[in-house]
Amino acid sequence: MAATNEQGLRQIAAIIEQHQKLPGAMLPILHAIQDALSFIPSNALPLIAKALNVSRAEVHGVISFYHHFRTEKPGTHVIEVCRGESCQAMGSRALEARVKDKLAIDYHQTTSDQQYTLEPVYCLGNCACSPAIRIGDDIHGEVTEQKFADILDSLTTYSLELK
Amino acid sequence: MTDSSLTNAPDQRKIFLSLDTTARSRGSDKVAAQVTRVLDTQPQLDATLIRNGSRGMFWLEPLLEVTTPKGRVAYGPVRPEDVSDILDQACFSDVTDHPLCLGLTEQLPWLKAQQRLTFARVGVIDPVDVADYVNHGGFVGLSNALKLSAQQLVDEVKESGLRGRGGAAFPTGIKWQTVLDQPPQQKYIVCNADEGDSGTFADRMLMEGDPLTLIEGMIIAGLSVGANQGYIYLRSEYPQAQRLLNLAIERAAEASYLGKNICGSEHDFHLEVRLGAGAYICGEETSLLESLEGKRGLVRAKPPLPAIVGLFGQPTVVNNVISLASVPYILSEGAASYRDFGMGRSRGTLPIQLAGNIKQGGLIELAFGVSLNEVLQHYGQGTKTQRAMRSVQVGGPLGAYLPQEQWDTPLDYEAFAAMGAVLGHGGIVAFDDTVDMAAQARFAMEFCEVESCGKCTPCRIGAVRGVEVIDKITQSSGEQHQDHLELLHDLCDTMEVGSLCAMGGMTPFPVRSALTYFPDDFSSSTQGAK
Repeated sequence: MAATNEQGLRQIAAIIEQHQKLPGAMLPILHAIQDALSFIPSNALPLIAKALNVSRAEVHGVISFYHHFRTEKPGTHVIEVCRGESCQAMGSRALEARVKDKLAIDYHQTTSDQQYTLEPVYCLGNCACSPAIRIGDDIHGEVTEQKFADILDSLTTYSLELK
Repeated sequence: MTDSSLTNAPDQRKIFLSLDTTARSRGSDKVAAQVTRVLDTQPQLDATLIRNGSRGMFWLEPLLEVTTPKGRVAYGPVRPEDVSDILDQACFSDVTDHPLCLGLTEQLPWLKAQQRLTFARVGVIDPVDVADYVNHGGFVGLSNALKLSAQQLVDEVKESGLRGRGGAAFPTGIKWQTVLDQPPQQKYIVCNADEGDSGTFADRMLMEGDPLTLIEGMIIAGLSVGANQGYIYLRSEYPQAQRLLNLAIERAAEASYLGKNICGSEHDFHLEVRLGAGAYICGEETSLLESLEGKRGLVRAKPPLPAIVGLFGQPTVVNNVISLASVPYILSEGAASYRDFGMGRSRGTLPIQLAGNIKQGGLIELAFGVSLNEVLQHYGQGTKTQRAMRSVQVGGPLGAYLPQEQWDTPLDYEAFAAMGAVLGHGGIVAFDDTVDMAAQARFAMEFCEVESCGKCTPCRIGAVRGVEVIDKITQSSGEQHQDHLELLHDLCDTMEVGSLCAMGGMTPFPVRSALTYFPDDFSSSTQGAK
């Protein structure tokens, strides 16, 4: 597990302070930390444990149970490829192989330039337009190898629009 | 339903474009940006843009609708470069000869033949505009509910015949009765919005297209059982639904439909969205409650039922999005009106979700009883790849794969149970003839391995052994092949009867159906050919 610096810890303390009175505060706190820092640092655990009056092992147990939470800093873009049956019916098995080839990483890995992290996901609810991928909060449908390449291009290209 | 905007301001045109996730994935945001640009530069068009939910005809998205004196006219699928011409024609003339013009939306055969009760407003109204919601019959159910006693409300839901739309099909009214019968204390309404089944998106469409209906349903549930706090447990894979639900809750609270003394009554109801974290098992109600409490999503043994010992140990109603969103209709139009739809013990309507390899995928709300074939051929128009359709999986990853011989089965809980299948949440995923059914069976086990909560052995270990034995089956022949097949059947029996919940208990459904109906796919000779 990776740790965070002083500034990160201050953010975490503020998040805990803000959420700890909620009934069932654990998931809201973990979400808020990951939203702010892109992962849940190891040195956040004792703070969460103390605030919620549970053991560090329990916090670790919750983090490791859920696929969404991560304890290492991800790449700039997290790419989630849907592995659900609907996407399989539209060629996602081939697509996921192409995506892995193109990024030269497997699931749960990050490219060496820290640009992309690849994760599997089981259904994005975009099943009438399979296969689907999610990057950040954007969901893309009817993804082909070419469309995926175009999406990657758009992530690295900055367009200047004159309005 | 008539569009009130027509009578309010006959001259001002309204333009609708969907903000639904699937519509956005097909580019509706870019088209909307172009509409805004055109309206800014040509004020003489005198029109406003409204972002609504989707009508559920996803192959036509981005679907652009314009109000006209005759009703809404639809254009689709629209690209940004089409916008200028469409707006010119739609705003300045009665001519509708644009190549993308589809005619009056309500008259489109796909939509016209449906019975939209729960989805009546989805794709029609602005999802987060309380006034628009009220103009289209919203909060009538709540207003009626406020005049009835808790027992009368529960009786009304019982009378409607509504059964849980999440998959288990348990009578909603009976569940509510159990919670109502508990002595007055802190009680909860929990909405299960952890729609994890592949091939399903009805909950998402409703939460993005008409979240106030869900909110109204939850308030009525609160009145019915004496609960003043609700939680919507939403999966983290639905960021757009999260945004819109939170906005709708905020607006409903401002209009005093939520909070203390709702609508000036003595009742309180507070509502909050809580986010899941990518665990399929949390769609199981007891695992969901553990997760809401801030724990690992381990399944609880039943009894006690959540209706008696639920969230934080208190009596709790746990209902699927569509179950709760069906309640406002029942309370506004009457239980009998809802019950009159459907067949046998499956009353009302089912929002069917057509997905996978299908030419016209989307949402079809129909009374129970329509045949699978009708849905696949008439609505779906066959496969998208234009190859022969070979198999369909109904009811998500834990549902059976059905061969063509069974496609004349009516969509009805009992008819599906009779053939060892499930209707589940109403998702239908079509596959063409390139599908390898042994690979699909293997995936069912693999999925169970990834998503098992790990509490009980048949599920946790059985899924791992299942993947291994299916690999052995497809790689062996003769006597060995037969032995492994027997072992797989044994394993399926163990998982089915020995698992604590449906995850391990139903994973055998897709596996067994693949083995039974597509046995050739499991022989080592066909494996080389694929």
